[in-house]
Amino acid sequence: MAATGDGKKEEADYKRLHSFPLIRHTDMPEEMRVETMELCVTACEKFATNNESAAKMIKESMDKKFGSSWHVVIGEGFGFEVTHEVKNLLYMFFGGSLAVCVWKCS
Amino acid sequence: MPVHNNNVGAFTRKGSNVQKLPGLKAVKAASKKKDEEEGVDPGDVLDEWSHGKALLKPADQLELTDAELKEEITRILTANNPHAPQNIVRYSFKERSYKLTSVVDQMAVHFMLEGSLLHQDSDEALRLRAKDSLSEETTTVDTGAEPDEDKPETPAIPVEDGGEVEEAGVEDRPDSVTSKTDKKEPKLTNQFNFSERASQTLNNPLRERSCQTEPPPRSNFSATANQWEIYDAYVYELQKQEKNKEKQKAVQSKKDNDKGKKKNMMMETQVDDITKVGNSARIFERMVNQNTFDDIAQDFKYFEDASDEFRDQEGTLLTLWKFQYEKAKRLSVTALCWNKKYQDMFAVGMGSYDFSKQGRGMVVFYSLKNSAFPEYIYPTNSGVLCLDIHEQHSYLVAVGFYDGCVAVYNLKEEGLEPAYKSTAKTGKHTDPVWQVHWQNDDMDNNHNFCSVSSDGRIVSWTLVKNELVFTDIITLSLNGAVSEEPEGAQQPSTACGTSFDFHKQIDYLFLVGTEEGKIYKCSKTYSSQFLETYDAHSMAVDTVKWNHFHPKVFISCSSDWTVKIWDHTINTPMFTFDLNAAVGDVAWSPYSSTVFAAITTDGTVHVFDLNINKYEAVCEQQVVSKKKTKLTHIEFNPIYPIIIVGNDRGYVTSFKLSPNLRKKPKAKKGQELPKGPEVEIAKMEKLLSLLREPEPSTL
Repeated sequence: MAATGDGKKEEADYKRLHSFPLIRHTDMPEEMRVETMELCVTACEKFATNNESAAKMIKESMDKKFGSSWHVVIGEGFGFEVTHEVKNLLYMFFGGSLAVCVWKCS
Repeated sequence: MPVHNNNVGAFTRKGSNVQKLPGLKAVKAASKKKDEEEGVDPGDVLDEWSHGKALLKPADQLELTDAELKEEITRILTANNPHAPQNIVRYSFKERSYKLTSVVDQMAVHFMLEGSLLHQDSDEALRLRAKDSLSEETTTVDTGAEPDEDKPETPAIPVEDGGEVEEAGVEDRPDSVTSKTDKKEPKLTNQFNFSERASQTLNNPLRERSCQTEPPPRSNFSATANQWEIYDAYVYELQKQEKNKEKQKAVQSKKDNDKGKKKNMMMETQVDDITKVGNSARIFERMVNQNTFDDIAQDFKYFEDASDEFRDQEGTLLTLWKFQYEKAKRLSVTALCWNKKYQDMFAVGMGSYDFSKQGRGMVVFYSLKNSAFPEYIYPTNSGVLCLDIHEQHSYLVAVGFYDGCVAVYNLKEEGLEPAYKSTAKTGKHTDPVWQVHWQNDDMDNNHNFCSVSSDGRIVSWTLVKNELVFTDIITLSLNGAVSEEPEGAQQPSTACGTSFDFHKQIDYLFLVGTEEGKIYKCSKTYSSQFLETYDAHSMAVDTVKWNHFHPKVFISCSSDWTVKIWDHTINTPMFTFDLNAAVGDVAWSPYSSTVFAAITTDGTVHVFDLNINKYEAVCEQQVVSKKKTKLTHIEFNPIYPIIIVGNDRGYVTSFKLSPNLRKKPKAKKGQELPKGPEVEIAKMEKLLSLLREPEPSTL
């Protein structure tokens, strides 16, 4: 469920400025969006070096909270085209170099 | 033993049996004897065993002596049937008489039983066996098949044959069993009391039921994530944040706004769709009306009252369309104004003249092309008292209200609210506005109009951008009038203006009619005093209007039943007409300087042509019932020979003027007006020479 790309070293200043989560695209309802975003932030901070673990954690938590089947992609560079159930997609950037895409499709 | 007493001994129909009869008889006789003996013997035996029992005899049994008992009674069995009729007659056609038939069937059948047995060596049995072995059926040969076959072969008496049947059955069974040992032994049913029972029940019909749920809606999303994209997004976001000094919620709200905008767009497009339909519906409405009122349209265009030629002097009015609007039924027509640009269109102001019944008002626009429904409708909160359509910009309509407001409607704009409206802050009148009139654009090319009200002010309104700017032109002070009239004392400072008209050629010159019956000639440039005061009427001046052609002549009418024609240089009327009812409105015709029309509250339209008759109307026609309805306003169409008349029930009726009413006098014209004063008053005599020169303006 996770893909990793080549990372780039960013300077500390940039990291500091760009550390906040930035939602790029979502169609979730307000409450769900906030919850998912916080979950992503938590997971990415917890497994800062292991995207796969972070993705796994997000996926499992989402499955538990909102029902299966969730899919999570975390990486620094990837392209995708996914089919998702409406109101169940979140695409965000985090930490200046990570992109997280969470969607549901069962 | 009934059988033995019977005369007939035959048991079967077979001829061979008959021959056996004597033998049989012997047997029976013997058996009878035997029975009798036995009947006694058992009794003896019984007696020996149990003494309590005695032989019982029926009471009616004949007591026979031994001799009688031993007597032999001979019975002879014959072959004749005692029941057979002896006297059957048949009609013989040959001899033409009834003949006794000698041949009678003597045979009687008492009992018949067909056997079901078959000898196993007979041909039938062999054939059946062969057939069974072919089909390999396990059914027993003898029982199943025999009943059909035994008829020719077994004439035997059943009682005697009984033993044989059993024997045959016994013999048969081992055979069938042995022949089919390798096969499963069938379950044999009891052939004597076996009966098979079965019933079929109704099967329930099969039904199939299924349903399918709709899958949750899905959509596609694609994007590419890489470092520069992420970087750009963050930089853009940071810039935005710096700009707005807001956080992500700002972004969110913006998205919401976008959505809102989209919705608005949707709404607008929908509205556009409806207006498209509206346009075609409007065209259709006109077509339908054109068809419905075809005769009126024909009259409007072509009909000329032929009888006018013979009447010479008088004319008539032909009723054309009637205009009414359901929602304006309770209101009375308070103002009429033709559109100068589109001559088929006119505006109607609706309100009320009744002080106690003031309420809402309405401005409606009708077209002659569609008399059924107004082209435009503007409901107002206050009653409308006057309106004027701008001459050049016919979409601008100035309206004066009972509450003292003036407003300008723009027909080009959507919505029911006026484009401009005066408020208390912007100097609105404090009393009803009785007349409004568009002026030529001022030096800055701003549109402006004037209004007159009962509060005595005459105000010029200028349309600047989106507001009305007011300028008081003159305040009607009573001045000298106070001393003259006691009424003036009640209203100390100002006179109440009820109507005014601006001179067609001289821009600054205008006339004001007042509630006190006076007419003032004023100039825009002198706000302090009047140029002239005409002591015109004894009641409020309803209308004052300059002649369309003659620069000096104006007309006035009043509720004091009179219409007066004036030369503004002379402060006495040139003509006075008494119409025997309060005159509501008067209008000069646009085609002749000597033709004018007046309406009176008794429902009559008076059309005058001074050129033809200086004393009486050339047409005096009652157009509504006298008691119920009052006429309120009249207006000539600027081009077509028609007039529209409004009444206090909200109706507007259009009339066509007959040829006599629009006769265009020729050279005579010039002399006409000067003649009037000559005849009327001697003191006008000296004015004749003055009037004669400026007169030829007509036409």
